[in-house]
Amino acid sequence: MSSDTSRLGLYLLLAPIFLWLTVLIILPHVGLFIVSISEKVGPRDYDTGFANYAAFFTEPLYWRTFARTTIMSVLATVLTLILGFPIAYYIAKLTKGRAKTTLFLMCMIPFWVSELVRTFGWMILLRETGVFSNLLQYLGLVTGPVEMLYNDAAIMVGLVYTSILFMVVPLVTTLDSLDDSLIEAGYDLGGTNTSIMREIVIPHAMPGIVSGCIVVFMLSLGNYLTPILLGGKDSLWFTGMIYTQFITRFNWELGSAFGFLLLALSSLVVFLGLKVSGQSLSNTMGRS
Amino acid sequence: MIPTNPDLECRDLIKDFDTFRAVDHIRFDVPKGSFFSILGPSGCGKTTLLRMIAGFQTPSSGDLLIKGRSMIGVPPNKRPVSMVFQHLALFPTMNIGDNVGFGLRQRGVSRSEIKTRVSKVLERVGLPNVAERRVDQLSGGQKQRVAIARCMVLEPDVLLLDEPLGALDLKLREHMKVELKALQAAFDTTFVYITHDQSEALVMSDNIAVMNNGRFEQIGTPHDVYNAPETAFVAGFVGDANKITARVSSAKDGVLTLSADGESDIRVAAQNSGFHVGQLLQVYLRPEAIELLPNGAEADKASNVSHGIVDAVLFNGANSMVTVKAEGGVLWKVALPQTGGFSSLQKGDAIRTRWHPAQARCYQAAEG
Ligand SMILES: Nc1ncnc2c1ncn2[C@@H]1O[C@H](COP(=O)(O)OP(=O)(O)O)[C@@H](O)[C@H]1O
Ligand SMILES: [Mg+2]
Repeated sequence: MSSDTSRLGLYLLLAPIFLWLTVLIILPHVGLFIVSISEKVGPRDYDTGFANYAAFFTEPLYWRTFARTTIMSVLATVLTLILGFPIAYYIAKLTKGRAKTTLFLMCMIPFWVSELVRTFGWMILLRETGVFSNLLQYLGLVTGPVEMLYNDAAIMVGLVYTSILFMVVPLVTTLDSLDDSLIEAGYDLGGTNTSIMREIVIPHAMPGIVSGCIVVFMLSLGNYLTPILLGGKDSLWFTGMIYTQFITRFNWELGSAFGFLLLALSSLVVFLGLKVSGQSLSNTMGRS
Repeated sequence: MIPTNPDLECRDLIKDFDTFRAVDHIRFDVPKGSFFSILGPSGCGKTTLLRMIAGFQTPSSGDLLIKGRSMIGVPPNKRPVSMVFQHLALFPTMNIGDNVGFGLRQRGVSRSEIKTRVSKVLERVGLPNVAERRVDQLSGGQKQRVAIARCMVLEPDVLLLDEPLGALDLKLREHMKVELKALQAAFDTTFVYITHDQSEALVMSDNIAVMNNGRFEQIGTPHDVYNAPETAFVAGFVGDANKITARVSSAKDGVLTLSADGESDIRVAAQNSGFHVGQLLQVYLRPEAIELLPNGAEADKASNVSHGIVDAVLFNGANSMVTVKAEGGVLWKVALPQTGGFSSLQKGDAIRTRWHPAQARCYQAAEG
């Protein structure tokens, strides 16, 4: 009797999670998959087949955009790591008490405004009549106005800026848990700054590095606003392409296929990342 | 003849934190190959002193020499000292072999040489064949020995140890005391060992410095520190002691007669002490210096004999004690020999105690 009631309690507790998983994750994906394997043969007339996937591989624009999105996202992840690691190290190891909290908060402040506003901020800085352009002219470094928007570098700046917090937070957490005496022991045994970084700090921070990289990569890959606004109409970002298929072209079948390819890609890259760094998903996600 | 320098020499070392002086005019030297302990209560500045020797903190003033060479301005990774940290600080991301080989890798020693030297040093600390294991697969005592091996493989001039036995349980700590001393003798390296545990210091050291509030109160052999404490702090901190405050009522032939309120007079030997009549003194007396007198035994004239009532029997094997309430109400801690005829002693028994005037140590007490 009592075990029955406790089991019922467990089911009731898990019910919201099951509901969330089925209604919001599994059902839409099943639906999406069914749509993605339907081929339009006439008005309101569909066949089952992989023609939408075939279209992706035969049309260079599609898979090139796909590859470009992947490479840019990987690059953005690497840049975020390179930029975020020193910041996280500084916050976790070189500051204490109030200074630490303040710095941590300062990293968060940009996230109090919406992504749209943040991205517009960059547009104000980078556009032809924007702050940087005017400053350069004022300093006499350039003669005419310069357009810094609508190129890949602008996209990269936006992507790194949007996702750096998600790199810094897990890094600070793992670096915080690194005992200072381990670093001191490293120096005591004759280690240099670089060898201690390489042999003690980075191996310890590996779970944080990997989980930060996974999150930043996913965010970049799935980002829609930043590439469109900073990269312009021709930014050629894969999520933009999915949007076009769904909204502009009303081609839900192709859009669904693209969606699935993106899902497969991100799973594959995360898998490879974990394999290469020798981490397990539970290890990286459990710690941060 | 070339004068041989001591391995480690501190000259008037001072360390100030803002307004607080953690280390105050410390001067000592440690001869080569000896085991030197710094003993003091927690917070007295031991770690700060050790970290200055290791190079993690810079002295506010004073000089620090290792093998005659000043270490001021030399970074920790360039000093010929190694440190065993309080919590050992073994690198959890490396296996034991890589931990021990870390220092050699930094020196650019070849891989094959590292391998042989690591296995040799692990053998010397009694842990062959653990090189492939992870740190968390070792027991507390084994980790201890790995931490020492990791330092000793670099053949440092001085090995610094910061309360390395603090985290171990009692049984293992007793065992490691003996083992550390044996390791020190085997490696023939100078050890500087800090601890707040007097028995660790007494058992292992060639010399002990007793530290209090950033200062050294006394430097001497364990025997000296225990039997001839120079200050009241040392007498109270090292070993157990009965402490009585009493006023000098007469002085004759090097024997002082002291009286305390309500107590019978006590006599203490105080040769050349310069104490005078009327001065307030603090008297320290070891529990083992007091004898319990069997019934009917004759008391000699020279000793202090008093009557009392057993207040409690504290059985603790070889360290058993009784507390005896003297006539004036003072409680005396007295060692209870397990071999004599006192095994039937009980609370409430009347008993006589005896101690010789030469056993007590007197220090001037603050008036008030
Ligand atoms: N970095 C520091 N800043 C300020 N005070 C410190 C610092 N390090 C230690 N102290 C103070 O110095 C005193 C001695 O500390 P420590 O050397 O760690 O003592 P011990 O090792 O003998 O317990 C303590 O009162 C401690 O609060
Ligand atoms: Mg300490």
